[in-house]
Amino acid sequence: MGRYVARRLLQMIPVFIGSTLLIFCMMYALPGDPVRALYGEKAPDPAQIAAIKHQLGLDLPLWHQYWNYLTGLFQGDFGTQIASQRPVFDVIEQAFPVTIRLTLFAFVFTVVAGILLGLVSGLRADKALDRIVLVFTLLLISVPSFVLGFLFQYLFAFQLGWVTPTVQNSRDLGQLLLPAIVLAALSLAYVTRLTRTSVAENLRADYIRTAIAKGLPRRRVVGVHLLRNSLIPVVTFLGTDIGSLMAGAVVTEGIFNVHGVGNAIFEALNRREGSTVVGIATLIVIVYLVASLLVDLLYAVLDPRIRYD
Amino acid sequence: MTETLDTAAKLPTAPDPAPTGKGEKPAKGRSLWSDAWHDLRRNPLFVVSAVLIVLLLAMVAFPSLFTSASPNDADLANHYQGDPHYGHFFAPDWFGYDTQGRSVWARMVYGARASVTVGLLVTLSVTLCGGVVGMVAGYFGGWLDSVLSRITDMFQGIPFLLGSMVVLTTFTDRNVWVVSAALLFLGWTQIARVARGAVITVKQSDFVHAAKSLGASTMRIMFRHIVPNALAPVVVVATTALGGYIAAEATLSYLGIGLAAPAVSWGVDVDTGKDALRTAPHILISPAVMVSLTVLAFIMLGDAVRNALDPKSR
Repeated sequence: MGRYVARRLLQMIPVFIGSTLLIFCMMYALPGDPVRALYGEKAPDPAQIAAIKHQLGLDLPLWHQYWNYLTGLFQGDFGTQIASQRPVFDVIEQAFPVTIRLTLFAFVFTVVAGILLGLVSGLRADKALDRIVLVFTLLLISVPSFVLGFLFQYLFAFQLGWVTPTVQNSRDLGQLLLPAIVLAALSLAYVTRLTRTSVAENLRADYIRTAIAKGLPRRRVVGVHLLRNSLIPVVTFLGTDIGSLMAGAVVTEGIFNVHGVGNAIFEALNRREGSTVVGIATLIVIVYLVASLLVDLLYAVLDPRIRYD
Repeated sequence: MTETLDTAAKLPTAPDPAPTGKGEKPAKGRSLWSDAWHDLRRNPLFVVSAVLIVLLLAMVAFPSLFTSASPNDADLANHYQGDPHYGHFFAPDWFGYDTQGRSVWARMVYGARASVTVGLLVTLSVTLCGGVVGMVAGYFGGWLDSVLSRITDMFQGIPFLLGSMVVLTTFTDRNVWVVSAALLFLGWTQIARVARGAVITVKQSDFVHAAKSLGASTMRIMFRHIVPNALAPVVVVATTALGGYIAAEATLSYLGIGLAAPAVSWGVDVDTGKDALRTAPHILISPAVMVSLTVLAFIMLGDAVRNALDPKSR
């Protein structure tokens, strides 16, 4: 087990370096000059620009800049915003807890509602309820989250007046309910479908017949034998989904004015504020990698035949 | 039977079991594909999606058949009588006017072009690129597989939406091609993984060994024996992904980093409509419904194709 984790951690290093390097290259090697942008409409003095670039290390070759960034990263330094001189870590520290809360909220909602719906419809495959759930997931997948966000805003805020159109306090869990549901919608649909297929298929498996034949109570057959085995593909999906949930927050946070990572990254992109984008993206990549490691370890919990030696 | 769990799952990235050998032998007269087509025609899901898609394609090709108004003709006088007249079928004011006095219906019709073009372009290019990478990795294996798989992992580590946002902000002149290229840049990994899995499964079948021992060239084995048999799972994933790419285009355009103003795109229209959501919701909701219907049509098509090609998942 320990050796397996160590090997996986080692394998993560090239992926981590590769992903962050990709984002780094996109941000820095392609057109758009953040130092030039400092001057707005004014014509800048080339010597001044060169001086600023030298001071920030932006005149170094790309690989050197990336090396500086990586070494900084290991000392907890996510870089500095060029325009405001504010450390990116500051921005992250402020925005990340909000997004974590939103994402976790959405995640829990996805897991609970998705597995429940999938289980219910998988147990009654091809019955009326299953069809309804299937149509429901089809709709959830079809409606892009920005559309769903505005529809909810229109319905619940403007028509029914149950909530305020935008979130007033990003740290209030109750107010994050609506954005979290919108964020979770797509994943919810996928989890429901995955669970349904998996449950419907495993229902025909020999070990389920054995369990029923042994006279085990239905609750135990479904809850332990069926569900545990059916969850493996769901867990796989959920592990890779956390990263996209955090990135999807760009849309949801924008609509509901939640001051999280999504909003920060969107503003930074509009201002060509590379260091912020790279910093946040790096964090999301780390979250993604850790989540996929956890998923691999969870397999062993779900299926005792899988061992990591 | 737990070993089949992963493969039977509807997980987009999970390699579906390849229909080994079915397309090769003429037994019973029907190949996998004609069998699938036979199933497909009877699936109501497919019929509904096909009707929707045909309508959409008609809008893409001949938008003037559906509306006489031009999507960019702005008459501010219309701004004050902007409400939809749901009785006026196909008239410019069918779905009302937006805040600049443009016909919402005309924009709904003309917006189809950008969405469908991006969707098809990305799907085709992603299938091609991902397919080639996946096939090379799966077929040759060894260090080449390791390298290609690690590269796939690197791209996979970047969230799709975030990555395409970053790519697109670096372009100032964004058209359908640029948006498609950005989606391709991050989207190919999904197909590559599926293709790799499918190729590895097919590679071990007897007819491939037979072809190899008969001295067939690598190219011949790949294109005559492996591609036809590994195609099914790739087609399934690609069809399902098409709807997702259309949604992605709309999302990026809505965020203001996809297609921009003179281009007519539903995402842009949702963005302009959001400021009037309280007073004139039709400006936002009409294009939003179009996006959703389009995505729905392609997702249903994907579901139907999956059911037809992969009978196990039924």
